[in-house]
Amino acid sequence: METYVKTRRHPALPAPSRQTGLIGWMRRNLFSSAGNTITTLVCAAIIALTVPPFFNWAVLDAVWYASDGSLCRAEGAGACWAFVEAKFGQFIYGRYPAEEIWRPNLILLLFFLNLAAVLTPRMPYKGWLAATLLFIFPMFAWGVLHGGKFGLSVVETSDWGGLLLTLVIALSGILASLPLGILLALGRRSKLPVIRTLSVLFIEFWRGVPLVTVLFMASVMLPLFLPEGVTFDLLLRAIIGVALFASAYMAEVVRGGLQAVPSGQYEAAKALGLSYWQMMGLIVLPQALRVVIPGIVNTFIGLFKDTTLVLIIGLFDFLGIIRANFTDANWASPNTAATGYVFAAFVFWMFCFAMSRYSLYMEKQLSQGERR
Amino acid sequence: MGSMIKSWLSGAIGLSDDNALARGFQDPRIRGWIMQAAVLLLAALGIFELVQNTVLNLQKANIASGFGFLENPAGFAINFSLIDYSAQSDFLRAFFVGVLNTLLVAVLGILLATLIGFSVGIARLSPNWLVARLAGFFIETLRNIPLLLQLFFWYFVVLQLLPSQAESLTPGGGIFLNNRGLFVPRILWEAGTFAPFCVALFASLVLGFFARKRFAFEGWKVLGIAVLPPLLLLLVLGWPLSLDMPVLEGFGFQGGISLIPEFIALLLALSIYTGAFVAENVRSGVQAVPKGQVEAAKALGLPSGLIMRKIILPQAMRVIVPPLTSQYLNLTKNSSLAVAIAYPDLVLVFANTALSQVGQAVEIIAMTMAVYLLISLGTSLFMNWYNARLALKERGTA
Repeated sequence: METYVKTRRHPALPAPSRQTGLIGWMRRNLFSSAGNTITTLVCAAIIALTVPPFFNWAVLDAVWYASDGSLCRAEGAGACWAFVEAKFGQFIYGRYPAEEIWRPNLILLLFFLNLAAVLTPRMPYKGWLAATLLFIFPMFAWGVLHGGKFGLSVVETSDWGGLLLTLVIALSGILASLPLGILLALGRRSKLPVIRTLSVLFIEFWRGVPLVTVLFMASVMLPLFLPEGVTFDLLLRAIIGVALFASAYMAEVVRGGLQAVPSGQYEAAKALGLSYWQMMGLIVLPQALRVVIPGIVNTFIGLFKDTTLVLIIGLFDFLGIIRANFTDANWASPNTAATGYVFAAFVFWMFCFAMSRYSLYMEKQLSQGERR
Repeated sequence: MGSMIKSWLSGAIGLSDDNALARGFQDPRIRGWIMQAAVLLLAALGIFELVQNTVLNLQKANIASGFGFLENPAGFAINFSLIDYSAQSDFLRAFFVGVLNTLLVAVLGILLATLIGFSVGIARLSPNWLVARLAGFFIETLRNIPLLLQLFFWYFVVLQLLPSQAESLTPGGGIFLNNRGLFVPRILWEAGTFAPFCVALFASLVLGFFARKRFAFEGWKVLGIAVLPPLLLLLVLGWPLSLDMPVLEGFGFQGGISLIPEFIALLLALSIYTGAFVAENVRSGVQAVPKGQVEAAKALGLPSGLIMRKIILPQAMRVIVPPLTSQYLNLTKNSSLAVAIAYPDLVLVFANTALSQVGQAVEIIAMTMAVYLLISLGTSLFMNWYNARLALKERGTA
C-alpha cells in the first residue's frame, strides 16, 4: 500500500529573496520604515551633493605636476598638489639646512625604534628602554639637532620648522610632562595637607587657563622671571609652557589610574613594611600606569593637535610653515590655501587617527584580564 | 618582665626614648611635617626668587607696575562690541569688551555644540546604516584635526567663497550673508516696554518650572504656561515691537545686527569641533544604559521617540554630564584661538593689543588668566551642582 507520508525531510526552501542578500540587507538597514526611508534619501542627497564636487576638485581637476602656480591659477583648476610637492621639504623640516637633514632623520628613526621597543608587549629590558627614552634620548636629540657638539655645525632653533618642530614640541612636552604628572598625581592623593594643597592648586591653575595664554606667558612673561643674563630661546620657552600645561592634564589621567588600584594593594604593601616610595614604585604605579596607557595616548593626541597653537607666538610648526608658504607669489592661486589646509588636515588626521586606534587596541589588551 | 618587652619592642621598631631626634625622624607623622615644611620653604623661596627677578627686570626695562593703566584711554578701535566702546574709552572698558565677546562666543558655542553633539551622537547609534556611518565619519574626521586648522579652514577658505555685499545671499526676512558677515534684523522696543516684558517672561518661566515640578506638567503645557503670558502682555501693550532691518546703503549695510565673519568662523569651528567630542560622550553614555531598560520600554509599547526621551537619555545623562562639563570648559578655553583670526575676544583685545600698547605683561596676563580661571570655576561649580542633582539617589545618600 502506498502512503503519502514523507520519509525524508524536505530540503529547506531558500529564504524569500526580499530578506536575503543585498535587497534584504537594504530593507533591514536603510528602508525599514517610512521615516527611515526619508532619512536615507536625505543622507544620500547630502553625499551626492558633497562628494562628487570634492572628488573633482581633489583628483580630476587637480594640478599634480607643475613647476610653478600658473596651472593652478587657470580657470576651473582644482587642488594644487604641485604646490605641496614643491614645498614638501620645507613642510617637513622648515628651514633646516638641506645638507644637515640627515640629523633630524636619524633622530626621528632612533626615536621611533626606541618607542616601538617600549610599546612592544613582553619586550625584555623594557624599564631600561623607557628610562633611556625619557631621560637620555632628549639630551642626545638636542645635541644632534642643535649641534655644536660632536663636531656638528650649529643649527639655530629659529631654523627648525615644519613637522620636525611639531614633533619636537609634542614629544618633549609629553616626555617632560609624564614624570611631572606622576609626581603631581601622587601629591594630589597624598595625606600631607601642604603637599596636597600645592598639587591641587598647581593642577587646577594649569587646567583652568587656555594654552594660548600659557604660550603668551611663556613668550612675554617668562623672560621677566629669569635672573639677569639667563635667556631661553623661544622654542625652549614654548616647550616649557606646553610641558607645564600638559603635566596638569597628565596628573589627572594618572590620578584616575591610582584610584583604580584596589586599596587592598596599598594595605598589603604597607603590611609588608614597604616605605611610601617602595609601595608606589613597586606595587601601585606599575598597576596604575598600565591602566592609564590609553589615557596617556589620548592626552598626547590632544597635545599633538594643540602644538599648532605655537604659530600664534611666531614659531613655524607644520601648520605655520604651510601657511607661511601661501604668501609665495610664485604659487599664489585661489586653490593654494585650500590645498595646503587639506594636506595639513590629512597629515594631522593620519597621526591622530593612528594613535587613537592604538589607544583603543591597548584598552582591549589591558581589559583582557577582566573579561570573562 | 613587662618593661623588658616594652623596651625590646621600641628598640625593634627604632624607637628609643633617649634619642628624641631619631624618634622624630622615624615617626611617619613627624617626618611628614618636616617634609612639608621643606616643600613649603622651597616653594616660598622659588616664588620669592621669581618676584625679585621680575621686579629687577621691570625696573631695568623701565616698565611701570600696578593697575593704574586701566584708567588710561585705550586708543585702539574694536570692530565688534556688545557695549559702547570707542578708541577714547579706557583700558578697563576694552577689557570688558573682550570678556563679553569671549562669553558671547562661548555661550553660543556651548549651545550649538550641545545641539550638534546630541544629534550626531544619537545618529551614530541609529539603526539606519547610512546615518550611523555618516555620523561616524563626521566624528572621526573632525576629532582628529586640530581646531586651529579647522578655524583657518572656515575663515580663509569657506567664508572666502561668500559673495560681496552687493550680491549677498539672502533667504528673505532681512537676513543677509556676505563676505562682510551675517546681517540680521534687530528688534526695537518702544520706550518703557522692554523691562515689563522681561519681568513677565521671568515670572512665567518660574510659573512653568513650578508647574512642571509640582503638577508634573509636560511638553506643550509647560511651554504654553511659559510663553503665553508674555505674549498676552505684548498684545495688551499694543505690540510695541518693530524691526530694524539691515539695508545696503553705499558701501555697507546699515541698521540691524551685524555679525562679523570672524565671529561666524569661530562659532562654527568651536561648535563643530566640540560637537564631535560631545557626540562621542553621548554615544558612550547611551551605550552605558543597560539593554534591559530599552527592552522593558519596548515591552510596555512605548514609541521609539519616547523611549529615547524618557528612558534612555535620563539615565545616560548621569554618564554624559561629567565629560560634558570638561568639553564645555574646553570650548570656553579654546575660544581664545580667536586671536589667530582676529576676532576681538579677551586674548586679542587685552593680552595682545593692550599688552603691546602698555607693555605691562605681568598685570595683563594675570588679569586674562584670572578671567578664564573664574569662568572655569563657575562652570565647574554649576555642572557639579547639576550632576549631583542627576545622580542616582541610593540608600543612605539622601
